[in-house]
Amino acid sequence: MKLSAFLLIILIIFNFTNLNSEENNDKIKNKISKNIRCLICQGQSVYDSESDFAVSIKLIIDKKLNEGLNENEIYDFLKKQYGEWITYDPEFNKKTFILWILPILLFFIGGAIILRKFIVQKL
Amino acid sequence: MKNKIILSVLVLFFTFCFIVLYKGLNNSNIYVPETKIEKTLIKFNSTDFYSGNKISSDQIFVGSEYYVLNIWASWCVPCRQEHPKLIKLSKNKSIKLIGLNYRDNPKNAKKFLNEFGDPYFMIIKDSKGMISVDLAAIGVPETFIINKDKKIIKRFLGSLNEKSLNEINLITK
Amino acid sequence: MLAHQIGHYSLILGFFFSILIIPISIKNFNKKNKIIDNKIFSISFFQFFFVLVSFFGLILSFVNSDFGNETVFNNSHTTKPLFYKISGTWGNHEGSLLLWLLVLTLFIFIFLIKSNNQPKKYRILTLLFQQVIIIGFFLFLLKTSNPFNYLFPTPKEGLGLNPILQDPALAIHPPILYLGYVGSSIIFSSSLAAVVAKHISTVWAKHIKFWILVSWIFLTFGIMLGSIWAYYELGWGGFWFWDPVENVSLMPWFCLTALLHCILVLEKRSTLSSWTIILSIATFMLSMSGTFLVRSGILNSVHTFANDPERGIFILIFLFILILFSLIIFFLFHKEKDQKIVKINWSSKEASILFNNWFLMYFLSVVLIGTVYPIFLDVLSSEKISVGPPFYYKLIIPFLIPFLFFMSIGPNLNWIKSEIKKIKTQIVLSFVISLLISFVILNQIGFVGLINSVLILVTFYLFFITIKDFFLKKFKNYSQIFSHFGFSLLILSILFNSILSSEKTINLKVGEEFSFREETIFFESIESIKNENYKSIIGNFKIKDKQNNFLQLKPELRIYNQPVMITSEADIKTTLYYDKFLVMNLVKDYEYFNVRYQVKAFMIWIWISIVILVIGGFLSLFQRSYEK
Repeated sequence: MKLSAFLLIILIIFNFTNLNSEENNDKIKNKISKNIRCLICQGQSVYDSESDFAVSIKLIIDKKLNEGLNENEIYDFLKKQYGEWITYDPEFNKKTFILWILPILLFFIGGAIILRKFIVQKL
Repeated sequence: MKNKIILSVLVLFFTFCFIVLYKGLNNSNIYVPETKIEKTLIKFNSTDFYSGNKISSDQIFVGSEYYVLNIWASWCVPCRQEHPKLIKLSKNKSIKLIGLNYRDNPKNAKKFLNEFGDPYFMIIKDSKGMISVDLAAIGVPETFIINKDKKIIKRFLGSLNEKSLNEINLITK
Repeated sequence: MLAHQIGHYSLILGFFFSILIIPISIKNFNKKNKIIDNKIFSISFFQFFFVLVSFFGLILSFVNSDFGNETVFNNSHTTKPLFYKISGTWGNHEGSLLLWLLVLTLFIFIFLIKSNNQPKKYRILTLLFQQVIIIGFFLFLLKTSNPFNYLFPTPKEGLGLNPILQDPALAIHPPILYLGYVGSSIIFSSSLAAVVAKHISTVWAKHIKFWILVSWIFLTFGIMLGSIWAYYELGWGGFWFWDPVENVSLMPWFCLTALLHCILVLEKRSTLSSWTIILSIATFMLSMSGTFLVRSGILNSVHTFANDPERGIFILIFLFILILFSLIIFFLFHKEKDQKIVKINWSSKEASILFNNWFLMYFLSVVLIGTVYPIFLDVLSSEKISVGPPFYYKLIIPFLIPFLFFMSIGPNLNWIKSEIKKIKTQIVLSFVISLLISFVILNQIGFVGLINSVLILVTFYLFFITIKDFFLKKFKNYSQIFSHFGFSLLILSILFNSILSSEKTINLKVGEEFSFREETIFFESIESIKNENYKSIIGNFKIKDKQNNFLQLKPELRIYNQPVMITSEADIKTTLYYDKFLVMNLVKDYEYFNVRYQVKAFMIWIWISIVILVIGGFLSLFQRSYEK
């Protein structure tokens, strides 16, 4: 019961990005630029940087939004150009499934250990 | 017995971590894009540096076997170092050397060219830096070799040197 | 010059004493008597004393701008204000390691004095294990990062301190954080010693709780200071970026918080001893890995430090020796006291503490895996990926909901077993109140997504339950109530801060204005002022709200001369409801400025709630003696 509720919650949050698409342009622009790494900076997002590269990317995001691209299409475009290093939100694929799955797997293993070893089964 | 197995598994695990981290120390944590690529150029529109006329990428990349596109700006210090190499490169007749003036003040850029010479067959403007993103460039200076099919076949990050110059001449022979 | 010499020689003397402790304590260990030789006290005092002298030597070299010292030359400048000359001592790699060593030697000395009601063997073993760490750091310091390297000929002027490090919050952030990290080293040594001396018991739990609390207080406070610095100084209006260096400080915090709860179970019910030991070891190992990840430059982070791979290798080897060492000790010496494990009932306090540990370990694994996965992927397959805020939000936020729920219920349960019926009415009543409140609030601010709504609900639940406990339970367990209340307040402020904040970025010339929401922001003028070590350009902005109230904000651009660097200083107007945050940046070649205006809701409450959280921990130190 509890486990299925968790799974449901996880599913819901993964769909979250779609809900936000109704918000205004500025908010989306900031959101995208916060999730894009400034490649010539040290650990800054494009949003946080005023370097030439970051400013250009911000302009491109603006232009692409005006052309009617949605958030994910913009990420895809930038990933195609610069590789996956540029996004802070790693996609789920064969390189990253361990990253996504391992913590959740550890969570369930931990739960199983607690249930089996410590908790009295009958009240 | 059970403890021994757990212990050896843990030791193995940590040894693995040690080796990975040890190797990771020698890796650079700075982004280096691939330099050998085979990517078709995205179409873009720009303006001519001198005349200010609108010009599209299809009009720029015509009539030659190879093109060398160099991104530069007057405010960029390594560009000054690189400039004599570009002058040398402009003697190579089998290529068209195209300059992309990146996020620059036109006045300063003209002063720069007057001072150091203009090696370019043609200069186009990228005042907002957006064409550079289409090229997947990350900064200045950066140089691309583009073939007649409008494919980027090689890129050089940072200042060109003697070695990269030879490489360009070799590829475009 | 003299200070430099004295500093150098007393460091070497300190090293000599720290080696001397080992044979003497081993000799004492084998003696039959029950008291620790006075010699050990004095030698460990001298060890501390000489490191202290050496540290003062370095401070004096900084104060006197003795550029014959390489560390001073690299990190200081004559025009720097005195306060930052002093804080520059630990604002660099070498100095901060010396500080680390200072705290290490101080803590072991305090430990020796404070632990006289504990068995002798255990105390000496703790000292020995701690000496292993201390000697490791001495070697590291002397071999790869000696703060007393001599430069000849003496340079006339230093290179200066990175301007973004010239900030009051950051000046005290490292020492506070180190007190937390190093405190965890005492927990590490003492738990290993307790394993070897077979001293794991309720008595030990009571005794080590003091050190756990002290480290936890400093670590929490240190993380907050770092976050405050990021908010005021980095100038982007954020306070947590999920940057690797920040994550690194969060990992031991999760571990230590789990330990803080777990030790209660050991104290009250003398079970979970293995788990307590594992957590004690892990906390310090995570602190050490943090040092490794930060100092070796293996990660791409905004908080840049001077990096040197040789140092990285040293820490890495040292770290793994310690890990192997503790693994072997754990597996050789540790035996569960009685083989049948004490079973725990569902509806008991210890069960809820187990859940707390379960979730904290999950959060830890998310942050740990997110931080190191890119390194592993890069080494194993040469693919580079970035892991940033979206990853952490997706994996942490949903799990906060059950976590907060257990956090509300748990403290209301009794040890061993409690009758749910007895507390049912109170629990249900608080739930109804929080349901109503969240409903009203969500109605006001509009739909914020399902997860956020549920999160607001459970956080309010924790909020009201702690308030209820505060009044109904009189002064029983007030430290826990304080901390949990602080935590609920923290989550609430972070949530509402992220939901209700708004911002606008615009390019603006002097004399222009723009409107945002119901306010008009007018860029009146700029002025330029020359300061001792920087030139500042100050923008005068006037903000008019719809009631025609005016507010003046003066963001600043500082052009530092040594090293040459431009920083933006945001101007922030703080009230209880929101922060108005204005920052401007130069745009190259143009006469306009890039202006970013943010209204950040409930910002001050984030800091206030962490302070409440820390006060809770602090109260717990006194509560312990109160209980006796």
